[in-house]
Amino acid sequence: MLGAMLLGAVSGVIGCFTILRRQSLLGDALAHAALPGICIAFIITGAKTPLALLIGALVAGLLGALFVVGLVGNSRIKEDSAIGIVLSVFFGLGIVLLTYIQRTSTGNQSGLDHFLFGQAATLMERDVQIILGLATFVLFSVFLFYKEFKLLSFDRSFGEVQGFPMRRLEVGLTALLVVVVVVGLQTVGVVLIVAALITPAAAARQWTDSLGKMIILAAVIGGGASVMGVWASATLPNLPTGPTIVLISSAGLVLSLLAAPKRGLLGGLWRSTLLARRIKRENLLKDIYRLVEGRQPATDAVSTGLLRGSRGQTIGSLRRIGSQLRRRGLVKTEGERWQLTPPGVRAAQQVVRKHRLWELYLTRRLELADDHVHRDAEAMEHALSDEFLDQIDELLGFPEVDPHGREIPRPEGVVNDG
Amino acid sequence: MSEEVAQGQAPTEDIGNPVVEVHDLTVAYGTKPVLWDIDLKLPANRLIAIVGPNGAGKSTLLKSILGLVKPLTGWSQLFGAPLSKHRSWIGYVPQRESVDWDFPTTALDVVTMGLYGEMGWLRRPKAHHREKALSCLAKLGIEELASRQISQLSGGQQQRVFLARALAQDARLYLMDEPFVGVDATTEHAVLQLLQNLRAEGKTVIAVHHDLQTVAEYFDHVVLLNMRLIAAGPVSTTFTEENIQRTYGGRLTALSQAAEALLSEGKIDRR
Repeated sequence: MLGAMLLGAVSGVIGCFTILRRQSLLGDALAHAALPGICIAFIITGAKTPLALLIGALVAGLLGALFVVGLVGNSRIKEDSAIGIVLSVFFGLGIVLLTYIQRTSTGNQSGLDHFLFGQAATLMERDVQIILGLATFVLFSVFLFYKEFKLLSFDRSFGEVQGFPMRRLEVGLTALLVVVVVVGLQTVGVVLIVAALITPAAAARQWTDSLGKMIILAAVIGGGASVMGVWASATLPNLPTGPTIVLISSAGLVLSLLAAPKRGLLGGLWRSTLLARRIKRENLLKDIYRLVEGRQPATDAVSTGLLRGSRGQTIGSLRRIGSQLRRRGLVKTEGERWQLTPPGVRAAQQVVRKHRLWELYLTRRLELADDHVHRDAEAMEHALSDEFLDQIDELLGFPEVDPHGREIPRPEGVVNDG
Repeated sequence: MSEEVAQGQAPTEDIGNPVVEVHDLTVAYGTKPVLWDIDLKLPANRLIAIVGPNGAGKSTLLKSILGLVKPLTGWSQLFGAPLSKHRSWIGYVPQRESVDWDFPTTALDVVTMGLYGEMGWLRRPKAHHREKALSCLAKLGIEELASRQISQLSGGQQQRVFLARALAQDARLYLMDEPFVGVDATTEHAVLQLLQNLRAEGKTVIAVHHDLQTVAEYFDHVVLLNMRLIAAGPVSTTFTEENIQRTYGGRLTALSQAAEALLSEGKIDRR
């Protein structure tokens, strides 16, 4: 379990750089390309020694990367196609070799096809030691060269001008990626290693805007998902370890996409809902005010039917918004008669003021025709802040009427230095 | 007359210790030539504009000088020596779009990156680095944006962050790639102010500039480029209609044609 946890954490850490540098596809290709290397190493050595297989995987992975570069550089094939081609060809070759091995040596092969989907639950002592060593090496390198890797990922050419050997750093970071992929093959397997790499990092990105925190969070999520996956597959019957780990960290990703405070979907939906409600409330205040303005806004009442007519709302939605206004003390209702309270009058006047000042701004400063400005003002009246409005008021010279000759209200408490 | 000023310097200027010298520079991307046979000497303590049409090789010239792009032939020197000798004297402001602004980092972080060169390998930014970075942000008037993630900044603010980062490099020569593109009027003014301050401090700025209208107003030296060097020299003698025409392929606008007509009739004076 320790091995799996470390692997998960390290994958998360390197995964951060992988997604920030847009190398996710490359990581996937490397993993798939490793398969024939593993098979060939097995055929050569005749035994499932972890070190030999690891070296085989490494060699094949690097060959794959070279092929990608070669294809892109010497033909009209673009990088994403090249990666797809290399991935498929190498993986296909690997499957052919795997099948051949399964046919010839019946006893030994069972270890090998675990490379497809991982076998974390049965990692042996020696495997864990290798994982420990390599994971520590990778983590230490990231810690040591943190600012160099950050610079490389954010603004490579700027770093070059400063004199950092960006080419070598790039090779180094990619080498770390290869190491993590090849070592991670044992836990989650060829097919899913890219998920172990990317999912924790993507989840972590949702929660923070700082690279350092993102890396730490990705390590926690990656390690945690691994631990839970191993535990789950050990406790429950028939649960393969690798896919379980990936499912758990994917669940974490979905949770992050939905629930993260600033960037999550749910938060966004909630904020939209609140905004929509505020807009409806302000519109209703405005409607009432417009029906009674000029007379006695604080004491005149308006009927439900009249209110419905002005915006074509259903009775139900009218009542709903009305009760929100009532709760805020802005409106009084008696049966079907609606009346603004003094605070309600002020609130309504502020919205109307925003609408009419904005219309005046559009017609005077941007010289729009006065029958073009109503729709824009309908939207802007909810978006303008009070401070901004005061600036517009001053800019226009504290005007009294809007483009349609209607009075621009000035609620008490609004200071006019004019 | 026009053939004399065809290549290289305005004949009257003798540049003693050029801050940048380029010789026989040819750069190609694959088989496509971008810069061809460029010979250039640029004087120190000026605000120098590089102008030319799209694809003229302006950015490429900058990048070659900075060693980011390898030339096919030729060489360039800064302060009389190869690039590696005086790296700490050079500041760079790349194009804003060269970077992914969604990267998880703050404005202060980006400016601190400008100090990585002087920090050296393996060192971490210390408190005094952060303070210096903050003061560079303040010089561009955006210190209150220090802890904002960079995608939450406007275009003009992002440009100022890049400039603050270059300031942190404490250079003698600044190379800027289109610093005035896509910024609001306030930022444009602030950037211009910064350039003038740099010149007053004895520094040199070489900027790829996209707007012909403001060349004479903002800069005192100009390089006209269209794969070949058309002309280089002080704005007053080199930034002429003829040179501009030869750089841009002879498409004067109706307005400047009218101006030419009026000039030749003696009805207006050249400003």
